[in-house]
Amino acid sequence: MFDLFLQNWQTYLSGFGYTILCSAIALIASFILGTVFALLEITETKWIRFLAKTYIEIFRNIPLLVITLFFYLVIPTYFMKISGFTAGTIGLSLYTSAFIAETIRAGISAVGDGQMEGARSNGMTYLQAMRYVILPQAFHYALPAMGNQWISLIKNSSVLAFVAGFDLMYSADTVAFSTYHVIPAYVITGCFYLILTLPLNFYTKHLERRA
Amino acid sequence: MKKLKFIPVILLALLFLTACSSKQSSSNEYQEIKASKKIYWGIRADVRLFGLMDIKSQKIQGFELDLAKALTKQMLGKDGKAVFVQTTAKTKIPMLMNHSIDVLLATNTITEQRKKVIDYTDPYFPAGQAIMAPVNSKIKSIKDLNHKGVNVIAVKGTTAVVNMKKFAPKAKVLEFDDYGQAFSALKAGQGVAMTTDNGILAGLISQSKGYKLVGGTFTDEPYGMGINKKQPQLRQALNKALAQLKKKGIYAKLEQKWFGNIKGLKL
Repeated sequence: MFDLFLQNWQTYLSGFGYTILCSAIALIASFILGTVFALLEITETKWIRFLAKTYIEIFRNIPLLVITLFFYLVIPTYFMKISGFTAGTIGLSLYTSAFIAETIRAGISAVGDGQMEGARSNGMTYLQAMRYVILPQAFHYALPAMGNQWISLIKNSSVLAFVAGFDLMYSADTVAFSTYHVIPAYVITGCFYLILTLPLNFYTKHLERRA
Repeated sequence: MKKLKFIPVILLALLFLTACSSKQSSSNEYQEIKASKKIYWGIRADVRLFGLMDIKSQKIQGFELDLAKALTKQMLGKDGKAVFVQTTAKTKIPMLMNHSIDVLLATNTITEQRKKVIDYTDPYFPAGQAIMAPVNSKIKSIKDLNHKGVNVIAVKGTTAVVNMKKFAPKAKVLEFDDYGQAFSALKAGQGVAMTTDNGILAGLISQSKGYKLVGGTFTDEPYGMGINKKQPQLRQALNKALAQLKKKGIYAKLEQKWFGNIKGLKL
């Protein structure tokens, strides 16, 4: 198995790079989108709430692969060229943002109404109260669940392999099929994912303890 | 505490390793087949003309299935039974090694590198790599693909991917899991052409208009049946049965049945 890695380390490393890049972009994008939609979901205006809910339910309830294939196959047919990597990253960001939105919304509702009322009666605007009082606490409450979502996100980035996105899983397929050492090729891939997910796991645990 | 967290990982790794090594405990597969009167054939269900799930009848049909049935009859007599197990590019080799299947008859090109892992019988189909492009495409041969920025579509695990590096190193190859996915990517314009074996492309063209084979074949890569290593008796028996089918004219009949009406395909 070690020989297999030594012979194909370039393939693995380039895949590893694409996986990190895709995960990093999707992590940031889904966090921003998720926070925005969580806030929209609890606004007073009914139709905005409805829109946010629709967005979340659509992306939360469709398999990631279907979303990604939609971007990869349908968009270029009617609109413009889109690479597998882009399609996969967009799909992953939207899909995860729906879950993040739900997580943050749960965090916000855990903070309690009294805090918002207190902040508003001290002269803060709605947005100020959100920014300085509610959201920091909400993120704290949401952190354990968020850690889960981040780990899922990294693993879900393997969807790129289906749309020729050159990620880690794609490299694993390449190695497995060209050498026919199928099982060792995927075991090595599993180790690479662990290199990403385990530190992230420890980091979120550390954040939880500190907060 | 921290050390304990790695124990499941190590256990999992050990599990994988033992799964890998179980293939070495092979006995004589040919004797087993003869005793049970059953051959487990690993076949494809996503390759038109060779092995494809027919949606209406819910049965897999194709040249390779008919060939497998004929070979079974030839080897085991009339009461021999052919059992078909669906494989994919990902699962075909592990399934052969863990004895879920006895013989792999799944558009499998014979290559030197693969021979290190499995054994092959004599070739049973004269395949070669070809290119498929939209009818209005300007591509005339493999040389037209050898430019920077050209995307060519292929299927993971096929020799077509390796060959592209040799014949058109400047082109970028996008690899997909199966022929259906690869063809939809071509239809969506993700690449200018798709490349794989002539017979497989012919199957795709026979089913949808607007695409053509261009430039003929540029490699000579016959298919062979894959079997486990250290099974000389099984290999001999398969080779003998194949030779007899060719002699009796059954092979030619099957070839005519599946490939007789395909334009642009010379066997």
